[in-house]
Amino acid sequence: MDSMHDLGGRQGFGPVEREEDEPIFHGRWEACVFTIANHMIGKGVIRNVDQFRHAIERTDPVAYLTHGYYGRWLGGVENLLTEAGVVDAEGMAEAVEARGGDRRDPVAARPSSQPDQVPPAEVRGAGRQVEEAPRFSVGQPVRTAATSVSGHTRLPGYARGRTGTIVRLQGGWVYPDSNAHGRGEQPQQLYCVRFEGEELWGAEAEPGQSVHLDLFESYLTAATS
Amino acid sequence: MSEHSPQAIRAEALESLLIEQGLLSESAVDETIALFNDRVGPLNGARVVAKAWCDPAFKAALLEDGTAAIEPFDFQGGEVQKLVVVENTPEVHNAVVCTLCSCYPWALLGLPPTWYKDPAYRSRIVREPRKVLTEFGLDVPAGKEVRVWDSSAEVRYLVLPERPAGTEDLDEEALAALVPREAMIGVAVL
Repeated sequence: MDSMHDLGGRQGFGPVEREEDEPIFHGRWEACVFTIANHMIGKGVIRNVDQFRHAIERTDPVAYLTHGYYGRWLGGVENLLTEAGVVDAEGMAEAVEARGGDRRDPVAARPSSQPDQVPPAEVRGAGRQVEEAPRFSVGQPVRTAATSVSGHTRLPGYARGRTGTIVRLQGGWVYPDSNAHGRGEQPQQLYCVRFEGEELWGAEAEPGQSVHLDLFESYLTAATS
Repeated sequence: MSEHSPQAIRAEALESLLIEQGLLSESAVDETIALFNDRVGPLNGARVVAKAWCDPAFKAALLEDGTAAIEPFDFQGGEVQKLVVVENTPEVHNAVVCTLCSCYPWALLGLPPTWYKDPAYRSRIVREPRKVLTEFGLDVPAGKEVRVWDSSAEVRYLVLPERPAGTEDLDEEALAALVPREAMIGVAVL
């Protein structure tokens, strides 16, 4: 999905700002969001982590950048709890007002009226045995898919349509692009792929720079070099 | 964002609705805070680094199969289904990011600092790593390769920093105390 979350290579964000003596949580509410997300995944209300990551990607793009990390998580959690019928907009608005808030404050969540029907996960974790042998081997050049998809994917935009080299086989894993949407786990091989800086950024690349990504077999085709 | 920001109010409003429905306990948030305050944090990763510096067989096993090598530590905190440890050497400097969300080895490093999750680091470290590292006070010498690891799947990465000179007499515990979180993400060296 070409939303705000796909940040790799975007320009204009300025220097990295660091906070001195940063606390683990800035206030109880951050721990609250973290706890809600993990408990709802643990109880199966949120079905799997891929569905959750995609729910964050579906938040309002402006809120994605302005509400902070736990604000984005809050939007993602609220998307899924609303779609599951656990909460609704009016109930949330009343609960916000009961705590002295304003129902007109910006809300990150953008719940879908036709959400994916995602079944509960049967096995914890995402590592899976894959029967089919890996199609690619270490040292082999591969090219990534060139086009975007409107759903969840773990192929960042900056690495689309690029050629890299397999450096490591990472084993079989649940395929997030499918699992996030309730289309089954469809486990497949995962590869660590090395991209040279010039391949990603052209003549502007810094010297001696490379980026490594863990990419699913579906994203890759054999390349000549 | 303060305790009374719209996000803070909304989060606690949602918490109250989930408690009413029996989906969350009153004490759950306090338990999270205690877990990450007391048991899960960067000292876990630092203990792994210190052991690798002192024990060549452990270091070899760690670089070969990080997941299996850290199993005896029995770390809590989650998010490390598969661990790959990447070693800094005189020729190569490594740095870790997650450009798509903010994946991070919680069990080894605790929860990530805000800068790791913010757009500036996530957007720039893959495009201009040397420049970003300079902002952290780290000048990677020309001629040294900079490898950035973008954690785009469930594999989690930990940087094994180079052991600083003059630490030959220190034991594992004293060495672990030297290793900052930033060195294990790869935005600092010792």
